[in-house]
Amino acid sequence: MFKQAVKLASPAVAISLLGCNGHYSILDPAGPNAQKVMWLWWGMFIVASIVLLGVCAVWWYAMKKPHKDYTAKEVRGLTNRLVIVGGIGLPVVCIAALLGFGIPAGHSMLPWPNEQTIKINVHAKQWLWEVSYPAHRIQLQDKVILPAGIPVDIQVTSEDVIHSFWVPRLGGKIDAIPGRTNVLRLQGDKPGVYGGQCAEYCGFAHAKMKFEVTVLPEQEFTQWLAAQQREK
Amino acid sequence: MNNDLSLHAQFAKVWDNLPGWGQLAAVNHTSISRRFMLTGTVFFIIGGVLAMLIRSQLALPDQQLISPALYAQLFTMHGTVMMFLFAIPILEGAAMYLIPKMIGTRDLVFPRLSALGYYCYLFGGMIIMASLFLGVAPDSGWFMYTPLSSAEFSAGPGSDFWLLGITFVEISAVSAGVELTVSILRTRAPGMSLSKMPIFCWYILAMALMIVFGFPPLILASILLELERAAGMPFFDPSAGGDPILWQHLFWLFGHPEVYIIFLPAAGIVSTIIPVFAGRPLVGYRWIVLAIITMGFVSFGLWVHHMFTVGIPQLAQAFFSLASMLVAIPTAIQIFAWIATLWTGRVRFELPMLWMFGFLFIFVCGGLTGVMLALVPFDWQVHDTHFVVAHFHYVLIGGMLFPLIGGLYYWLPHLSGRMPSMHMGKWAFWLIFIGFNATFLMMHLTGLLGMPRRVVTYEAGLGWDWLNMLSSFGSFIMASGFGMLILDVVLHFRYGQKAPFNPWQADTLEWATGTPPTSYNFLSLPTVSTRHPLWDKPDLQATIRDGAEGLKSIGHGRRELYGTEAVTAQLREVIHLPTHSWLPLISALFLAALCISLLSRAYAIALGVAVLATVSLFRWGWVNGAHKVIAPLTEQEHQRDEPPLHSRTMNGPGLWGMVVTLLSDGSLYLSLLFGWLYLWTVAPGGKVPDVSSISISMMMLSGVFLTIAVFVYRRMVRSLRVGSANNLPSKLICVFSFGGLHLLTLIYVVVTSDLAITDNAHDATLFVMLMFLLFHSSIAVVTSGLQTLRAHKGYISQLLPYEPAVFSPFWLFTLAIFWLSFGSFLILPLVW
Repeated sequence: MFKQAVKLASPAVAISLLGCNGHYSILDPAGPNAQKVMWLWWGMFIVASIVLLGVCAVWWYAMKKPHKDYTAKEVRGLTNRLVIVGGIGLPVVCIAALLGFGIPAGHSMLPWPNEQTIKINVHAKQWLWEVSYPAHRIQLQDKVILPAGIPVDIQVTSEDVIHSFWVPRLGGKIDAIPGRTNVLRLQGDKPGVYGGQCAEYCGFAHAKMKFEVTVLPEQEFTQWLAAQQREK
Repeated sequence: MNNDLSLHAQFAKVWDNLPGWGQLAAVNHTSISRRFMLTGTVFFIIGGVLAMLIRSQLALPDQQLISPALYAQLFTMHGTVMMFLFAIPILEGAAMYLIPKMIGTRDLVFPRLSALGYYCYLFGGMIIMASLFLGVAPDSGWFMYTPLSSAEFSAGPGSDFWLLGITFVEISAVSAGVELTVSILRTRAPGMSLSKMPIFCWYILAMALMIVFGFPPLILASILLELERAAGMPFFDPSAGGDPILWQHLFWLFGHPEVYIIFLPAAGIVSTIIPVFAGRPLVGYRWIVLAIITMGFVSFGLWVHHMFTVGIPQLAQAFFSLASMLVAIPTAIQIFAWIATLWTGRVRFELPMLWMFGFLFIFVCGGLTGVMLALVPFDWQVHDTHFVVAHFHYVLIGGMLFPLIGGLYYWLPHLSGRMPSMHMGKWAFWLIFIGFNATFLMMHLTGLLGMPRRVVTYEAGLGWDWLNMLSSFGSFIMASGFGMLILDVVLHFRYGQKAPFNPWQADTLEWATGTPPTSYNFLSLPTVSTRHPLWDKPDLQATIRDGAEGLKSIGHGRRELYGTEAVTAQLREVIHLPTHSWLPLISALFLAALCISLLSRAYAIALGVAVLATVSLFRWGWVNGAHKVIAPLTEQEHQRDEPPLHSRTMNGPGLWGMVVTLLSDGSLYLSLLFGWLYLWTVAPGGKVPDVSSISISMMMLSGVFLTIAVFVYRRMVRSLRVGSANNLPSKLICVFSFGGLHLLTLIYVVVTSDLAITDNAHDATLFVMLMFLLFHSSIAVVTSGLQTLRAHKGYISQLLPYEPAVFSPFWLFTLAIFWLSFGSFLILPLVW
């Protein structure tokens, strides 16, 4: 199991050596959700590469192999074998495996009711992010402060057009849609500063609609909350 | 020999286009489809130049080559041009060129519709391109998500250009869909039962039906959004009971089948070429037919996978995720059937096969990333990033463009009578293949490193710099490859070696037309007894040319072909087609004028040209059937040894065309019904008022009149069917009168209703429903009025029962949508 993990991780290491552990990299996760997706990706990448190369190799061989005469019965048998094994069996097995890993992973990322969570409102407008902590009456702009290791529910709304709230190193994105409130559960494990950006095209300054997420150790976060409220 | 020549000359006299400017009146499928393909190529070059501009801007971080405003127009137009003005029309063009030849007939079944479709495409395309040159191109992305595309956030005319222009172009797609469906089902060579049909025709049949069902949701969505922009009807405004997500549902309800509409014909090319170069029949024909049908159905059930991040309930996500993955099965079945064909054949490695291998690699890669994207948690991360951009370019370029170019080289001898050369073709392939992968392979990584799509620029130092540079570099290699490809094809028309008969030793009938083909394809129409006519009867081309097969009389001067049973392809009737006509061009010009006047919000002019367009379309309908320039009743027609002319029967292509058109129309209606139920039950502010603002009793009265009209009409058709034409004109007058009463009552209902169409989405939707009913009722009533005149003129009679039978389903449809609307829009909310 350990060996396998090392083997799977080696491409990740290679990628980081290339200098790709960027501010927005999905492959450099800092929270449990992003981490699960990264593992899903590497698993899918390896299987997909094998399938791609395998199918191309079989095709190439079929094209280049020495000719042989087949009887009609042999052709039928070969076709059924190829179509049933390759055309039905292969995708069914791959899809079953994919869903076997993917559904529990996806399920665990949803914002299930949880007493522990902190709720943060994010209101998107062209082209900035208004962030507020309703329980503490704190307002921020283009900045989110999170405690490490505690799940947070981001309640996303929009003032004008559709935007999408995304912090790649912490987890997936959710659209900010006028008239609706969407909830995204995020959790940062490692303290640090992570890039966030709008992912849905929202007008000319879309590319500049960025924000920063700072994950603080729990104690510092509590201090920060207190300090903010004292300022009021 | 002399005799044969004169036979050829006689056929050419009937079938050839008019010379000079008269070419504009051409309706012949070979001419029209060539124009489709040539125009599509021009739009491909334009779309490609837009892509090069995008890649130039992204080559370096923090570049300011192109302003954000222009950049938005560029990526919107790149997607729009490539999808709507290149991919679909060029595939339709290829299908229109090949289908009649492959099924052994002389033309498509509605030739004037082919011409109308082409002109709508050309004019619509020109209108859309004009926006780019005027600097006001649409700039909300090719899927036009509202509210960004709404009047509030896109005040300029850009969105209107998109909504009106694309809807105009879609006339061409839907008309091609109808025409191809009916042609394939009703004009195959005698004996070519469905199970003996070339596999390409199965693909095109599936594509055509998917167009018929798949385009209407987008047409409806475009109409609604344009009404919102121009008239303030708030379908997508959440503060008035609308919902922007409704646009996304309707758009992707079209948008996903669209991907398969593009892929299926291309896969059909693969399934045609591979057996020819493997020198053996396609293995697993039945498996493939099954896969095509499955794909067609499943592709309508997975549109939500474009919307996993909008906050859809989890169960729905799981369903659409699974459905999206399951598409891998029919795709894999086809790939392994192709492998089995190669495995058991004796493969000749010619230029088209190189493109087939390129297709395989790129398309399988795109398919695999597609399965990944169907996994919801992964999609939440990479949705709207460059990973998705890479994915769909793999699918579209691999799954559509590579087979298309392979097909181009394969059918070049057919178009030009000359062989392609391997030298330059090989260079073009490798430049495009390497350039493509250099552009898009590592772009997956760009997305994984977090680069969103549609950003005009990016900061340095995020790990994206070298990847973008590589992509831009690769795109220029690819562009040079396309340059070489175009040069190769152009040069080959002049310098290529003369092609021998059936140069690739193919099995399908299009190679028996002669290369290049004559305007009538086949001098005499063959009967087919196997799936591989040219392999099993090598002298078929000679017997066709010598007039030894069927329907070789031409002295009557009509363009004729055989009509056969849909499933068994038993000979049924002789279908006579209209010859060249100016009506398609005139109608398309009026429609273009309508489009432009709506764009410039000159509604008085719009009304005027709409009337003119309607008049020219009814004129078109008038010149039909037994009309003196089409096929007047004669004594001689009973004396020849052929089945009856279709306009003397009750089950001709017109009836089939009507039914297929109504399927499309029904799809539009169901989309509207979906929108109504969605806004009512799912939209955040959705609700229905307690009292109806429409008079229920007057609606019922209107419905009763309609029911009587339809009842009389159907009874009249039934007695025509048993050969009785008693009191035909008076029955038609009765239908016309009751229909008219229905229409007047309906207009009264609309005028007296107090719908607040700009205040809430509910009333606006009701209004659209009423307009939909009015539109159909008006057509039904006017047409029945015209039929009364035609009965007086003797175009409809006991011997000519055709037209009432064709129009009967339309009345039934009008009746069905009336009562369905009455029940679901008016009664259901009251009893809820």
